[in-house]
Amino acid sequence: MNEIRHVVIIGNGISGVTAARHIRKRSDYRITIISAETDYFFSRTALMYVYMGHMKFEHIQPYENCFWKKNRIDLLRDRVESVDYSSKTLKLKDKGDFSYDALILAVGSTPNKFGWPGQDLKGVQGLYSFQDLEKLEENTHAPLTPLDKRMVKRAVIVGGGLIGVELAEMLLTRNIEITFLVREDRFWGNVLPKQEGDLIARHMRKHHVDLRFSTELKEIVADENGRCKSVITSTGEEIECEVVGLTAGVSPNISFLKDSVLETQRGVMVDKLLRTNQEDVFAIGDCAQFHEAPFGRRPIEQVWYTGKMMGEVVAKTITGEETEYAPGHWFNSAKFFDIEYQTYGTVLANLQSGEREFYWEHKSGEICVHVIYEESTRKFLGINTFGIRMRHEVFDQWLREGRSIEHVIKHLKDANFDPELYSSKEGQIVAQFNAENGTQIIPKKRSWKRILNLASA
Amino acid sequence: MNIVRSFGGILVAIGMLVFTASMFLVSFNLSEAKFNSFADIKGFQSDSFSNLMKERVVGNDYSTVFSFSSAVSECLEEANGVHKQAEEWDKVIWDSSKEMAFSLEKISAKGPLADNKDLFLFFSLILGIIGGLMHVIAGIQLDGPAGIKNHHVYHQKSTNRGWIAYVVFAWLIAFYVFLYFYPNLIVGWVMLVDPIHGLYAAGGASQWFLYGLLYCVVMLVMGLRMIIKYRHNKYQIVRTISVVFFQVVFAFLLVEILPLFNLPGVDLKNAWPLDYDFLYDWNVKNLLQTESYGKFGVFVLVWGIVLALVLVPIFVYIFGKRWYCSWVCGCGGLAETLGDPYRQHSSKSLFSWKIERWLIHSVLIFAIIMTTLVGLHTYSELNVAPGEDPQSVFLGISAFDVRQMYGFLIGSIFSGIVGTGFYPIFGNRMWCRFGCPLAAYMGFIQRFKSRFRITTNGSQCISCGNCSTYCEQGIDVRWYAQRGQNIVRSSCVGCGVCSAVCPRGVLKLENGPEEGRIQNNPIVIGNGEITFNSDL
Repeated sequence: MNEIRHVVIIGNGISGVTAARHIRKRSDYRITIISAETDYFFSRTALMYVYMGHMKFEHIQPYENCFWKKNRIDLLRDRVESVDYSSKTLKLKDKGDFSYDALILAVGSTPNKFGWPGQDLKGVQGLYSFQDLEKLEENTHAPLTPLDKRMVKRAVIVGGGLIGVELAEMLLTRNIEITFLVREDRFWGNVLPKQEGDLIARHMRKHHVDLRFSTELKEIVADENGRCKSVITSTGEEIECEVVGLTAGVSPNISFLKDSVLETQRGVMVDKLLRTNQEDVFAIGDCAQFHEAPFGRRPIEQVWYTGKMMGEVVAKTITGEETEYAPGHWFNSAKFFDIEYQTYGTVLANLQSGEREFYWEHKSGEICVHVIYEESTRKFLGINTFGIRMRHEVFDQWLREGRSIEHVIKHLKDANFDPELYSSKEGQIVAQFNAENGTQIIPKKRSWKRILNLASA
Repeated sequence: MNIVRSFGGILVAIGMLVFTASMFLVSFNLSEAKFNSFADIKGFQSDSFSNLMKERVVGNDYSTVFSFSSAVSECLEEANGVHKQAEEWDKVIWDSSKEMAFSLEKISAKGPLADNKDLFLFFSLILGIIGGLMHVIAGIQLDGPAGIKNHHVYHQKSTNRGWIAYVVFAWLIAFYVFLYFYPNLIVGWVMLVDPIHGLYAAGGASQWFLYGLLYCVVMLVMGLRMIIKYRHNKYQIVRTISVVFFQVVFAFLLVEILPLFNLPGVDLKNAWPLDYDFLYDWNVKNLLQTESYGKFGVFVLVWGIVLALVLVPIFVYIFGKRWYCSWVCGCGGLAETLGDPYRQHSSKSLFSWKIERWLIHSVLIFAIIMTTLVGLHTYSELNVAPGEDPQSVFLGISAFDVRQMYGFLIGSIFSGIVGTGFYPIFGNRMWCRFGCPLAAYMGFIQRFKSRFRITTNGSQCISCGNCSTYCEQGIDVRWYAQRGQNIVRSSCVGCGVCSAVCPRGVLKLENGPEEGRIQNNPIVIGNGEITFNSDL
């Protein structure tokens, strides 16, 4: 690597900002973050709360505006049009040429569009960027209170994943009815096992979401003003709607980087050190695609947490301590209306050969625990929880130590993270496990020594 | 249900209008007989006050509280002026002119309100309660299935500093200004609750009965709202029940009931230094020297000392200061119920935090100095040799001056007018965060020697900001959560709302070993070897 004096980061999302913060901690380099989207970093996952009125946009900016100057991180609002890798120069829309010593591509994603007829009509949109939020306000200029006159009556959401369910929750707060087209036979069917998919479907229907499984979008029909007026589904049904939400996943936002010397496929190709094929150019976060994915992981992982990890790792490498991206055990979380979801380790949509499962569901039908383990060794592989909070450190430790399913079940109280005074579920969970497996596990009392790994343990 | 909610809102508005208007709906005519019997009971030595009153006030019609009140004040001041000039100190009436006016207003009131107290009580307070309940209960259905529903908090005029918020803001400030400084002008409000006070005691209500009653009613209705809003969250339900219970039973019912048994009406949960008049001479003398109190008076004194100096620190060590601030305290109770719709307005800036530390610790120092001086004076008063004056000036500072200044600045303006009046604009814990000396005292213990912390769950934080936004104490919870660090802050009152609004299950209030309480986790689990150790 050549001597670095100026690191330029394209994208002010969680990946780019994490990289900038960690480079600042570890060096005195000049740091510039360029974004065309917003002046300041904001939490993308929280856009929904602004729309619903839980927060104002300023609240979803994790750092006060003075933070950046104080930490000598320059913020530049501009659009990068192209990169000249040989002269290490960016071409900016407004400010022209801008040079770098090291470049980090943290350009994020863009909502998928699969060439549906009418996908670019007015009223049709994805939900990813700040601009998408503004567009949604415009498209759904609708009641803020139930007493106002209703303007948008129905929206159709296409694609049963996390953004789709968030969009549904958002629109319902404006009293817009939702029809939800899901290609799979259950909700988030490429990620969630059937039991959890059903649980979420029940909960969404309780919120009056009209769910249509095994149904795809065929066409969006325009009215005389070029605004969508209905969609036609794969079953031939026409559904009237004023808004269509396209939430069938996201893809790396790299169109301006394509067709150049930079190696790309779906994303920007990187090695374990997050280096691209161009000197001193790195890619992190949603837009990075690994030549060789880390063990047990996918080549592109578009979640908040991996973006954060990559930002941290690339900062080490750039500041002289070459560090491979080693994300450890998978974890993730989400919220489906009122039900929180957490996952630790690997739980796939369908049980793999050699795997066994244990599924417990609370009588309310809104809380469940789904544990996957290896049949032969009884090694714990992963857990999905809905409506019950678990301790990340504890599960991460169990995964690292390769603990058995019995160990996990026995010490489940250590992992519980529900607020105080919540009724304990472990008794029921362990009883069902014992009944199904002919075991006689007695749950251990919660131990702070074990949880905190205290020296005295 | 929309209709129920809107209608409820209208009823609350009508109730508040009738309540406010009742101030103007009284006229006065003081009969000679009533004045004479009043003067007899009071045992005035001042013939000149009686003569002036009979000459100018008695028998005359006054159409407003303002004219009657000022007429009484003039008589009193003129009479006292005469006596002071003549150095007839035993004839000077030391009651404040406002107290005098208030007492005389109560016995001389006429007009629609005085004749129909029950009716006015119904159309103000009772209507307000019914409307409030309708508005609150409609939420069970209107706001959808149980869960966090902060929908439109930042769209509505009431909760987003719109005109409704400013009206409530102005009304609350006016209410407190009248209550503390012009009780003589709110006799109409006080008369509204006479029928309730009359159920168990003679003599009519005082402004403090009105305040206590309103406080409890508001906490009950808004407490129910809190329970409905957080009905999926057992911590919030139990906590709300607790804080309402302590207000209604300890701060109101016991205070009203104990005097019926010739015992002092004390709020046993009120701990020094929040209970700042604990060592005032009149309080201590009253407790020790009132015969009917017997040993109970001494018990109250000993209990107060044990509570402040032993129980408070022990409980804060075990549970954090939340055991008091959001489970027991009356100020906290109002903040957690009436104030809940405004919790998002507390400023999260570093600048506010700086102001907070200076201000709250200054008040604590002020409270300690004031209590020391007042305590010395009280001691001197109890042990003074017959015929000598007790010492009230120490190091050139008058205990009376300091205590009066504290009562005015902290007791009235800060805890009342600012503390509650500012809810709709600046958030619901202004007093608790910036002013309460007890909170400052417990904060030290919570920060340095306690088992309480808010645990951050590994790396699950998505920096959304719900926790910070809804922290009533202005703690930037997210700052800690997003770097995987436990939250150990002296100001945290443990309301648990950050944990409740977190969409990813990241935060948990808990009591655990001190070891590892203040810790530096890896920023991101997975990148196991990287730990943060910087201020950035």
